[in-house]
Amino acid sequence: MNQRARLSLLVVQVLIFSLLIGLLGRLFYLQVAAGPKYRDAALSIQSRDVVTPATRGLIVDSSGVPLALNRVGIAVTVDRTKIDRQPDKGVAVLQSLAKLLKLEYADIYQRTRLCGELPKGAKAGCWTGSRFQPIPITKEADPEIALRIVERSDQYPGVSATPVAIRNYPGNIGVNGAHLLGYIGPLTENDLAGANGRSYYRSESIGKAGLEIQYDEYLRGTPGIKTVIVDRKEAVTRTSQNTKPVGGDHLVTSIDARVQASAESALADAVRRARASGYPSDGAAAVVMDVTNGQILALASYPTFDPNSYERGLTVSEAKNLYSAKAGVPALSRALQGVFAPASTFKAVSVVAAANAGYNLNTSYDCPSQVEVGTRAFQNFESKALGRISLKKAIAVSCDTIWYRIAFDEWLRDGGLKPKSDANDYFYNAAKGFQVGIKTGIDLPSESSGRLADREWRKDWYSQNKDFYCNYKTRASKSQQTAFLIQLAYENCLDGDKIRAGDAVNFSIGQGDTVITPVKLAQMYAAIANGGTLWKPTIAKAIVKTDGTVIKAFEKEKLGSLPAEKETIRFLKSALREVVISGTGAGVFSGFPIEISGKTGTAQVFGRNPNGGEKADTSWFASYAPAKKPRFAVVMMVSQGGFGASTSGVGVRKIYETLFGVKGSKVDSAEIIFPSGVPPVTLPKISPATKVKGAK
Amino acid sequence: MSLASQRINYRKSSRPSAFAGFDPILTIAVALLLVIGTLLVYAATRNWYAANGLDPEYYLKRHILNILIGSLLAWGTTVIDYRLIRAYTPLLWILGVIGLTAVLIPGIGVEVNGANAWIGLPFGFQLQPAELAKISIIVGMSMILSERTHDTDAAQHRDVMQALVIAAIPVLLIAAQPDMGTIFIIGIAVVTIIAVSGAPMRWVVGLILVAVIGSFAAVKVGVINDYQVKRLQAFVDPNVDSQGSGYQLRQARITVGSGGLLGTGLFDGPQTNGRFVPEQQTDFIFTVAGEELGFLGSGFIIILYLTVLMRAFGIARRSTDPYGRLVCTGVIAWFAFQAFENIGMTLGMMPMTGVPLPFVSYGGSSMFATMIGFGLLQNVHARHHG
Repeated sequence: MNQRARLSLLVVQVLIFSLLIGLLGRLFYLQVAAGPKYRDAALSIQSRDVVTPATRGLIVDSSGVPLALNRVGIAVTVDRTKIDRQPDKGVAVLQSLAKLLKLEYADIYQRTRLCGELPKGAKAGCWTGSRFQPIPITKEADPEIALRIVERSDQYPGVSATPVAIRNYPGNIGVNGAHLLGYIGPLTENDLAGANGRSYYRSESIGKAGLEIQYDEYLRGTPGIKTVIVDRKEAVTRTSQNTKPVGGDHLVTSIDARVQASAESALADAVRRARASGYPSDGAAAVVMDVTNGQILALASYPTFDPNSYERGLTVSEAKNLYSAKAGVPALSRALQGVFAPASTFKAVSVVAAANAGYNLNTSYDCPSQVEVGTRAFQNFESKALGRISLKKAIAVSCDTIWYRIAFDEWLRDGGLKPKSDANDYFYNAAKGFQVGIKTGIDLPSESSGRLADREWRKDWYSQNKDFYCNYKTRASKSQQTAFLIQLAYENCLDGDKIRAGDAVNFSIGQGDTVITPVKLAQMYAAIANGGTLWKPTIAKAIVKTDGTVIKAFEKEKLGSLPAEKETIRFLKSALREVVISGTGAGVFSGFPIEISGKTGTAQVFGRNPNGGEKADTSWFASYAPAKKPRFAVVMMVSQGGFGASTSGVGVRKIYETLFGVKGSKVDSAEIIFPSGVPPVTLPKISPATKVKGAK
Repeated sequence: MSLASQRINYRKSSRPSAFAGFDPILTIAVALLLVIGTLLVYAATRNWYAANGLDPEYYLKRHILNILIGSLLAWGTTVIDYRLIRAYTPLLWILGVIGLTAVLIPGIGVEVNGANAWIGLPFGFQLQPAELAKISIIVGMSMILSERTHDTDAAQHRDVMQALVIAAIPVLLIAAQPDMGTIFIIGIAVVTIIAVSGAPMRWVVGLILVAVIGSFAAVKVGVINDYQVKRLQAFVDPNVDSQGSGYQLRQARITVGSGGLLGTGLFDGPQTNGRFVPEQQTDFIFTVAGEELGFLGSGFIIILYLTVLMRAFGIARRSTDPYGRLVCTGVIAWFAFQAFENIGMTLGMMPMTGVPLPFVSYGGSSMFATMIGFGLLQNVHARHHG
């Protein structure tokens, strides 16, 4: 062997030796250094979690009547991963399925599209879940049709039918409760990614709105997980783990199904009557609250929708309708999301402000037809002059001019357009004491806070809108170029950052930029009724197990006290009683056997409806009863509903009729909702079969 | 040189036994590989076959049969007079070329995984002529490069060119199948033999350049099939072709990695039993070792290869005549790079090609060829022990 050959052999030997050592190194890295990572990866390849959803907990009213329960339905589902692989992407299958289910193909098409696949604005009715879960077309299929799908699977590839638990809102004695209860739906990718800090399995349903989402963590229970080890062909080789599903816990609410149903029908009735009188009545809300603890007995919003429609499967038109302005945006819960000027109901705040400013509540004031505030004359309601009347009478008949004067005087005293640094701001501080502009904290999602248009808000508003008003002629659209609006813009540009005299007097009668929600007004009137405590409105009373074990009891929560002397509240209560005895509420409650206290409100609304007509007034009635020993606060609001008394006042009376079992002008003791006068304190037994008391 | 000769002389005189021809360490290492391979083939197939209602020992039995035939071939190759091997080499080479031509003829050749590499035989047996062609190329080249018509020991240009022709004809036929893995291994064996033959270094450098340029050109021009390009891409980025070869490579890596230090225990690998890695009794058999035997077990297999190869280098170095040395070198390059390519592919260090793991993978042709290669090593060893 020559030198070169010998050297070559050595080189080859060294090379091969290093290659094999390299293999060893790589092997060490894969198995020992990165071993745990690959073990996890292997586990996720081999194991499949078969999820059995837990039975969702019931939602019941305070006496145990189910508001939400579960039923067994038959779901017809479409597997996108399968139909997408068909040559025509499943068009033919979906078409024949539409024919079989007697549905529109367009609806089925839409329902099987992931929301992300559809262009903006055309997403109504889309599937919010993922491609990998079977998409239900309906959960209430006819068993015969379901059988046909299963038997002739060759004709419907990618379609299957299985029994599923469906959430059902039984609507006992006509309860709708859509805004209150919410609905459930499939998980979104966001939910799965842990957007709300909880972990879910893909096949679960989750609360999407209302109480269903608020208390989802209790209601949903724990799904049963069977972990199976599968091979490459997905055949199960063994079952490695098995946990049984644990049913969700039940939610006992303070709602009373009878009061809720009554509130809903009173609301619909109020809207009907207002419309008959020519008011557009585009929305309404009613709230019934226990003044002693903030518990909600009824919470209704109009227009509403069928809470079962989600489980049945929304059609495209149903889905669009939910958010369409033409249909009045039924998805909007006006009781906690609708903000409106409170009008004269706000005078309760003004009374507190006046008392704190040192005005004598037990003396007489002049109630002229109009008051000159600066250069402008502010009219009394319906421009009537009532002469010298007591403040109590002024509340009862809703005189505005008295408040214009007091508010204007106080505004001047605080420095007018050059406000003092230590301004008293009696009116704003009283409103702050009532927590106007702050959420009530009710246990429902998406509450609006409303708005307290005080000095700070003015400044913020000005800095945001100054540009627009100071360049109004170029910025505003053509339809906005009216003489009035141009003048308004000019004034806004000039001193829009300050509280002007007009703002101050408007504030005193609940007009202008201050807006509140119906639930806020209920909270405020409940506080007056109970002597000054602002309770957090609550719907949940307790979370309980089927056997009655209490998992969690919700205690009442005090949010604050009214900034009023006992004497002031006593005056206020007598004035509110006077409203119903001799004032604006007298006609509505004439002959009513239970003593009611309350206040009407008729708020002017600026702007025009889509049809060009001027917007009608917001009708309010805020009240509590019984007047001497208050227990319930009832508030109704009808947007563009006209007068406070005739629209909302009558509606509130109907709710009281139910609450107190009033027939005509007599109390029928058999019909009283709470014979003891107070809502149940003890928790009811949980059973899906519980019936409404006295229901036939 | 002198030191090595002394040692050889010493052994010559001290080992007169009839089995002196066998290098004991080499033999033990190969035997261990065969035993481990048998267990792995059984582990890779028993569950799947049982689950599908088939004989779980189907592969085991056939594998043992292959080993028995292979052992006979190895023994024969060991004890035969090497001059006879030289005499039969042209015939072997011609048979190889005929076989390689035959697989390309539809009706005779059987297509598996996109390559026409097999000849169908009765009773479901198949023959892969490319495996046997490896031997004929190694032996043929060694013969030509060691024929001494010159004064010098080293091979000359003319010899090299002749040797290249010997290799080129079967290689071109294999390229037509196509079987790039085998070509890669043969190519490296050819370059190694030429390098060790003492031929001018220009040849070695030149051939390596030709190989590199050639493979680039092959990809560009499209001689290499789509699936092979995909395999290469999947090697660079496993997310490419995630259902095909990317899937296989990922699964292979996960299966090996999940074995950890000690493995799941023989027959107890869930990845193996779930058959997530395809071809796990043949090309991907190392994944079974990785998962079930862990780093200790699969590392031991690599150590066994190191032992076999380092012993073979010793044999090559001790060989007094160039022919034996070149044959050894060829076999070493073949075993080393086939093992490296196979394990490297499993571990994601090499692109995916369908080459079996010598002595371990299931497959008759490959088993026979490697056992003959093993016999050649023993034969050369024996000649220098008398």
